[in-house]
Amino acid sequence: MANSTATVALGAAGEARALRFYDSGGHHPENGTLLGFWLYLMSDTLVFACLFAAYGVLGRNYAGGPSGADLFSLPLVAVNTSLLLLSSITYGFVVIEMQRKRQGATLAWLALTGLLGAGFVGIELHEFANLIHEGNGPQRSAFLSSFFTLVGTHGLHVTFGIVWLLTLMAQVARHGLIAANRRRLMCLSMFWHFLDVIWIGVFTFVYLMGALQ
Amino acid sequence: MLAGCDMVLLRPSGYVAAQQGQLVVISTLLMLLIIVPVIALTLLFAWRYRESNATAPYTPDWDHSIQLELLIWAAPLLIIIALGALTWIGTHTLDPYRSLTRIDSARPVSFETEPLNIEVVALDWKWLFIYPDHGVAVVNELAAPVDIPIRFKITASSVMNSFFIPALAGQIYAMPSMATTLHAVINRPGEYEGFSANYSGAGFSDMRFKFVGVSAGDFDRWLQKAKASKDELTRDAYLQLEKPSEREPVRRYGAVALDLFDAIVNRCVEQGKICLREMMTMDAHRPSGRQSARELIALDLAIDAVVCRADNSIAGALLPSVYRD
Amino acid sequence: MSEHADLAKLVFGRLTWEAIPLHEPILLATFVAVVIGGVAVVAAITYFRAWGPLWRDWITSIDHKKIGVMYVILGLVMLLRGFADAVMMRAHQAIAFGDAMGYLPPHHYDQIFTAHGVIMVLFVAMPLVTGLMNFVVPLQIGARDVAFPFLNNFSFWMTACGAALVMMSLFVGEFARTGWLAYPPLSGIIASPDVGVDYYIWSLQVAGVGTMLSGVNLIATIVKMRAPGMSMMKMPIFTWTALCTNVLIVAAFPVLTAVLALLSLDRYVGTNFFTNDLGGNPMMYVNLIWIWGHPEVYILILPAFGIFSEVVSTFSGKRLFGYASMVYATVVITILSYLVWLHHFFTMGSGASVNAFFGITTMIISIPTGAKIFNWLFTMYRGRIRFEVPMLWTVSFMVTFVIGGMTGVLLAVPPADFVLHNSLFLVAHFHNVIIGGVLFGLMAGITYWFPKAFGYKLDPFWGKCSFWFWTIGFYFAFMPLYVLGLMGVTRRLSHFDDQSLQIWFQIAALGALLIALGILSFIIQLFVSFRRRASLTDTTGDPWNGRTLEWSTSSPPPVYNFAFTPIVHDTDAWYDMKKRGHIRPVAGFVPIHMPKNTGAGFVLAVLSAICGFGLIWHMWLVAAAGFVTLIVAAIVHTFNYDREFYIPAEAVLRAEDARTRLLASHG
Repeated sequence: MANSTATVALGAAGEARALRFYDSGGHHPENGTLLGFWLYLMSDTLVFACLFAAYGVLGRNYAGGPSGADLFSLPLVAVNTSLLLLSSITYGFVVIEMQRKRQGATLAWLALTGLLGAGFVGIELHEFANLIHEGNGPQRSAFLSSFFTLVGTHGLHVTFGIVWLLTLMAQVARHGLIAANRRRLMCLSMFWHFLDVIWIGVFTFVYLMGALQ
Repeated sequence: MLAGCDMVLLRPSGYVAAQQGQLVVISTLLMLLIIVPVIALTLLFAWRYRESNATAPYTPDWDHSIQLELLIWAAPLLIIIALGALTWIGTHTLDPYRSLTRIDSARPVSFETEPLNIEVVALDWKWLFIYPDHGVAVVNELAAPVDIPIRFKITASSVMNSFFIPALAGQIYAMPSMATTLHAVINRPGEYEGFSANYSGAGFSDMRFKFVGVSAGDFDRWLQKAKASKDELTRDAYLQLEKPSEREPVRRYGAVALDLFDAIVNRCVEQGKICLREMMTMDAHRPSGRQSARELIALDLAIDAVVCRADNSIAGALLPSVYRD
Repeated sequence: MSEHADLAKLVFGRLTWEAIPLHEPILLATFVAVVIGGVAVVAAITYFRAWGPLWRDWITSIDHKKIGVMYVILGLVMLLRGFADAVMMRAHQAIAFGDAMGYLPPHHYDQIFTAHGVIMVLFVAMPLVTGLMNFVVPLQIGARDVAFPFLNNFSFWMTACGAALVMMSLFVGEFARTGWLAYPPLSGIIASPDVGVDYYIWSLQVAGVGTMLSGVNLIATIVKMRAPGMSMMKMPIFTWTALCTNVLIVAAFPVLTAVLALLSLDRYVGTNFFTNDLGGNPMMYVNLIWIWGHPEVYILILPAFGIFSEVVSTFSGKRLFGYASMVYATVVITILSYLVWLHHFFTMGSGASVNAFFGITTMIISIPTGAKIFNWLFTMYRGRIRFEVPMLWTVSFMVTFVIGGMTGVLLAVPPADFVLHNSLFLVAHFHNVIIGGVLFGLMAGITYWFPKAFGYKLDPFWGKCSFWFWTIGFYFAFMPLYVLGLMGVTRRLSHFDDQSLQIWFQIAALGALLIALGILSFIIQLFVSFRRRASLTDTTGDPWNGRTLEWSTSSPPPVYNFAFTPIVHDTDAWYDMKKRGHIRPVAGFVPIHMPKNTGAGFVLAVLSAICGFGLIWHMWLVAAAGFVTLIVAAIVHTFNYDREFYIPAEAVLRAEDARTRLLASHG
């Protein structure tokens, strides 16, 4: 037991290195945060997949009520989509400024992203309120149930993203662009772009294919 | 004890069930080809290679053998290929939607034979059997002549059930707003058990009926008994029957409303309710534009299901007034 | 006055005093027993002044070993509840013939079989499996903890809070009466307007979040934190099965979350996903729930397979036969488990080609499974088998599970399924594979790793008693059900007319009694082992002459697991180290980076449960307040950047010195 240090010491001789069973103490496992968040995002994709599937099965069941063609205003959806896509671009600038270690610029682009996201959610809420007011709420038919749920779940995700964004802004302002905050900004980046991709699916599958029957 | 118990699945009285029972036996035997050696080897190896048996060889680092691996993967694969072929053929032959081609293993169905149509409705918690070709209906008792192919059309009023007479044929789900089909034939006269094989609520355990296989003459007499009943299964009578009840006694109806089963499947037995078929046709030929919504309101649709929710639900609060009366 | 009533409505929703089942003697007696037991536990903790240590060392612990132990404790406690349900059903079904209506009204009986299924699958098997994976995997891969220790703690408390919600339904309100998967329209708001299905939904949603995050956690751990030199094909086989299990979790649980969310929208908002009118489609629910449900059963069995691989290899004193083949078989099973879900509803009328396709894919899964059985057989072949208790469980598994697998392949033939679906034959089949496979594996695993967790072995005599009672009891309890299924008897019945069936139910009840003795033996084993721990002590940390890295640590391991991360050269890394003469380091220790304990996980989980309870009882104020507080608390937690600390080198030295002395005294 006494001469164990020979094995522990950074193996000088090739033979000792071949039989090394213990690391000398410098080993630190890789950080798994980005992988973990990616895995979570994939699970979230599956949730949306189920909602898309529900929409696929139920999306033509109008129960004698209005269809997508009757209800969707494509110009409004175009505005909505532009806001969201723009917000992805602005988040791209967030990451660029973060990598340049420019805290102020990072915060500015974050704020802009948040505003664009809020605009998106606001327009969506307006659309929902109108539909409900006209009597075309989620209870009207299976089509409307699946429409409200799919689009609404996406909107909820964007809302959570905005809350997260505001929280991160406070944290970056307080602690700066430390490693932990940079990781969080990367996670939010993945989240934000993911929501963008889902939206492309939504507006294609739901709005475009619904309105242009 | 095993000989005494009546394993109806292995000795049923209907040809479809008989074929299904045969499949059970053949599949089991095929698999026993692997299972029995595996169990035997497990017990053998456990015994032979126990620590206290010093005579048995011990090869602690032997962990690989290409030949054994090939055998290990190939043997089950071969059994599964055989079983898979049986499955593909058997599943198509015994598809409940497929009309019968044979009365039993010896006799094919002849061209002239008209199948007996029976419409089945699973209610809470009893069974309604409508004989559309004879204009009678019976609750909780079913009869059919021996050796005549039967075509069941099956639906339910509120929740999923499963229509099952083990002696006759396999089961199939009874689902609201849908009609499933089952083809079967009874080869021996007798009294058989029928029930729901899918849990459907409080009265599920008593949702049983008697199925009688009878000669052609006895079947006519059975029909006459039903025809003689003063009760008529009008739409109103059906709506009464639909209300939840348990342990219903056998009841016969001498007359049945026209297209009642169709109305039940399309959920428009009540007056003024739009039939699902019409609704789906409308949905398929959607006129576009906001005009249509007003047109439909003008048709004065009664959307009962949306209105009739439990009290205090949010649905009630959010529902626009237009649909409430 | 009406304002007063409105406020009460807003706060208490539909919760009234009637929700407490004072008129049901069985529930009342249970409640009294639970209260007495609870008071006793609280009193004991207070007497031993254990509240501080309980909070500091267990509730707030982010140590995977402690969390693993807590999961197992949760699973075992819920096993008692789930088994009590089973005993009640067996007793009732043994007497409810003809004029005798049994002692349980259908209203109660129907809740019991629903609760039994939900509890056994989601609150017994899942926590036990998750607990063992949590405890063992980081040790097996030479890591200090999982990738996200705080998330691990949060996951556990979410599962525990889900279980708490189910248990509350016993005493406040009632549980669902729908069967464990709650098919609509029966589970919709019209057919089930009361709180039962809501308890079901929210307890599963809360626990489901925990499980999902646990899946993410363990995948990241296995991918990122393996010791240097441990390539994927050098991982222990249990770690492989854990990896595949957690991939299944991440890929399946979101579907459960989504489908339960849709059902809850139908019930709360009046949407039409699964209604009969206005375009809903209940068949959609059946599809989605089984797209989750089938991978779920593989989530249960794969870790058991992993346990058996470790146990067979260790107790045969031999390398696992066909390691690569085992890995491929596991991966193939993982992928195929997504292609079979329709076999749960062949009778829904999908048409012959669709049915046949899914039947054949189901059969194909039996090929890699069979390969595994053969590999275990050939590991035993020319080994030196020691029949310690884990090995007994394993041999019984190999005999019992293959019978269950056979009946499964039988049910996979659609026309055969048409006569066997939902019968007692089906019930016998899935208990055959879950008890014979999952439970036997968990008992083997618990016995195998118990000394690692607590420093002493479990008493072998009582272990053998438990084993024999369980095995024999299982056959008595479930073989009659195969016969009853062939006699055409369907499941979930609370009353029978045919007296000739009774003898089979009586035999099954005897089987349940034997299993009860098995569980009792296990509990006795826990007490006896604790009392005799000095004589059962594990000084070396390697009581079984193990082959994988967890056996290189002390029993129990220090909080940091490994003073120096091991370097791996071969599969069966510890066996390799022992064979090639490794020398355990006793000096030169460095400070070790560790995460700090936190109460945030517990707090967030309790808030989730409060929100769930509020939603169940339509206590909108409570639900909203709970939800908002939850979000705020989560945000506040993210402002805490001070989550890590260093264990000083001197502390490591002290711990390792103590072990050195212990090893010397034993030698």
